[in-house]
Amino acid sequence: MAQLFEFEKPIAELVVRIAEIQKFSADKGIDLSQEVATLEKKVALLKKEIYGNLEPWQKVQIARHSERPNFYDYAPLLFEDFTELKGDRLFADDRSVAGGIALFHGIVVTVIAQVKGKDTKENIKRNFGMPHPEGYRKAVRLMDQAEKFGRPILTFIDTPGAACDLGAEERGQGEAIARCLLAMSGYHVPVISTVIGEGGSGGALALGAGNVLLMLENSFYSVIAPESCASILWKDTTKAKEAAAALKFTAQDLLRLGVADELVRESQGGAHNNLNQTADELSQVISKYLIRLRSESPEVLREKRYEKLRTIGFFHETADINLTKDLT
Amino acid sequence: MFKDIFRKTKYVTIKSGQMQNRTPSEVSMQGEVVGISKKELPDGLWVKCPKCGEVLFNKDIEENARVCTTCEHHFRISANARLALLVDENSFEEWDAELTTLDSLEFPGYEEKLIEAQEKSGMTEGILTGRARIEDIPFVVAINEASFMMGSMGSVVGEKIARAIERAIELRLPVVIFSTSGGARMQEGILSLYQMAKTSAALGKLAENRLLYISVLTDPTFGGVTASYASLGDIMISEPNALIGFTGPRVIKQTMRQELPKGAQTAEFNQEHGLIDLIVARTQMRSVLARLLRYHQEGAQYGATV
Ligand SMILES: [Zn+2]
Repeated sequence: MAQLFEFEKPIAELVVRIAEIQKFSADKGIDLSQEVATLEKKVALLKKEIYGNLEPWQKVQIARHSERPNFYDYAPLLFEDFTELKGDRLFADDRSVAGGIALFHGIVVTVIAQVKGKDTKENIKRNFGMPHPEGYRKAVRLMDQAEKFGRPILTFIDTPGAACDLGAEERGQGEAIARCLLAMSGYHVPVISTVIGEGGSGGALALGAGNVLLMLENSFYSVIAPESCASILWKDTTKAKEAAAALKFTAQDLLRLGVADELVRESQGGAHNNLNQTADELSQVISKYLIRLRSESPEVLREKRYEKLRTIGFFHETADINLTKDLT
Repeated sequence: MFKDIFRKTKYVTIKSGQMQNRTPSEVSMQGEVVGISKKELPDGLWVKCPKCGEVLFNKDIEENARVCTTCEHHFRISANARLALLVDENSFEEWDAELTTLDSLEFPGYEEKLIEAQEKSGMTEGILTGRARIEDIPFVVAINEASFMMGSMGSVVGEKIARAIERAIELRLPVVIFSTSGGARMQEGILSLYQMAKTSAALGKLAENRLLYISVLTDPTFGGVTASYASLGDIMISEPNALIGFTGPRVIKQTMRQELPKGAQTAEFNQEHGLIDLIVARTQMRSVLARLLRYHQEGAQYGATV
């Protein structure tokens, strides 16, 4: 059975009870279908109640679920075909970033995606989805190609953050991310970014400064990992739950803050429960925005992307120092 | 107020109480000071150099741009003091000083931290922006303030940088940004993160207009600032021995259980790895910048009609 979270246990308990009653009913030849139906209704209600009111920390757990679909799970469902292209032409091919050309609803697009592994072996290969500078430089190479050939760019964000080791520092991790941001700001093609799992800080942002930001409803996107935030604020990494609430990083928060443009519905309890259903929702939402953006002129696309970034952030513009909050 | 400073003296006097808190390179990403203790320094007359250990007469290093007279260690310096060292007298015109912070996420403890930072730094936010001249050459300048929440970038810092760059485009002036920052400011969450994209996009516009951008990295520059405006200079300069990187050494040690080699993430390390053009001592900064600005003055380009 799939990894089960503490908050899902009441549901699991009821499911087990239903199975027990059904077995008992079959063994003894007693009709208990009435009882089973009542309990099944109760399960449905409980699911709605629990999954409809997830706290930020619970969403973090879902977004990091070991069976959370990654880019390679979605790719065959989203694209008619996908040709992966590799390497940054400078140093290496970073396997935490996938890129290539795909056919999406009949439109040729360039795709860039961060990829986490689903088991230890794959995670080691993909550095747990934490790109090195060569991953970001591959992204820029392929996005430049998209600009050259007039292809829309679709990016998929799923990373705990950029790689944080000596090699990353030696090869200019900061510069590599900054170049991604700079490059993306200049393109004349539509750029649609989607957070499909974890959006970890600058390493995620490198692929996130497009015309449109979509987020799967249980994804999150944060300036800092909740554990690190808790360690700074309260010198206690176990307070990650409190930090998760303080950082306002859920998909719903980002929509409210004007950073995300639309949320994509996941199957109940998270995308891992029904990949096909989630992929279908994702496909429809991306398609809707792609059609909308393709009607804009290249110059307008670029200008609107700039304007979107320009308006993110809140501040006072008065001479007196006043720290009151009035965000609505 | 800054204009008064310039009329009085070339160097800004830094209050003695602040001395012990300004030791560079010994400050972690969260600004914990692990340098020399206050006990070793009974008053503000003397300061011990964290690099060579020499006890120096405070007045002497102030007269030397806060650079150790024995080993040339660069002590941290405030934005205002740096400005005073750098630009022509009475040439600075400050922009957007009225932009102040909004605690839009209602983040725990943020308002208290802001008040503390304002008192400590004497500034309303973590960056100073405006227009000035060096050897009579006009340019747009931005300087991070380390004592304001480690020069971290929230909505105000990002907005002030973006506006300064946009005005530079209008005025057709080059831009010089001095960074010293722990990165994106946690307390404004995703809004801080997107200031990286905002400032980088503004620099894209500047580049499109063929205007010069010089990035000067000072101790320390990390995180979201390294991963945005600080790394995008046409010319990348650093002060000697400044710590520069993406991930702080403490975090690398904790998460990767990797001990960084001695000298890692210094300006010299970054230059060796091809990330920095020039390492310039603070005492030389003004003349080097003047020379670089002169190369890029209108009319200096090949083919320009003079
Ligand atoms: Zn010294």
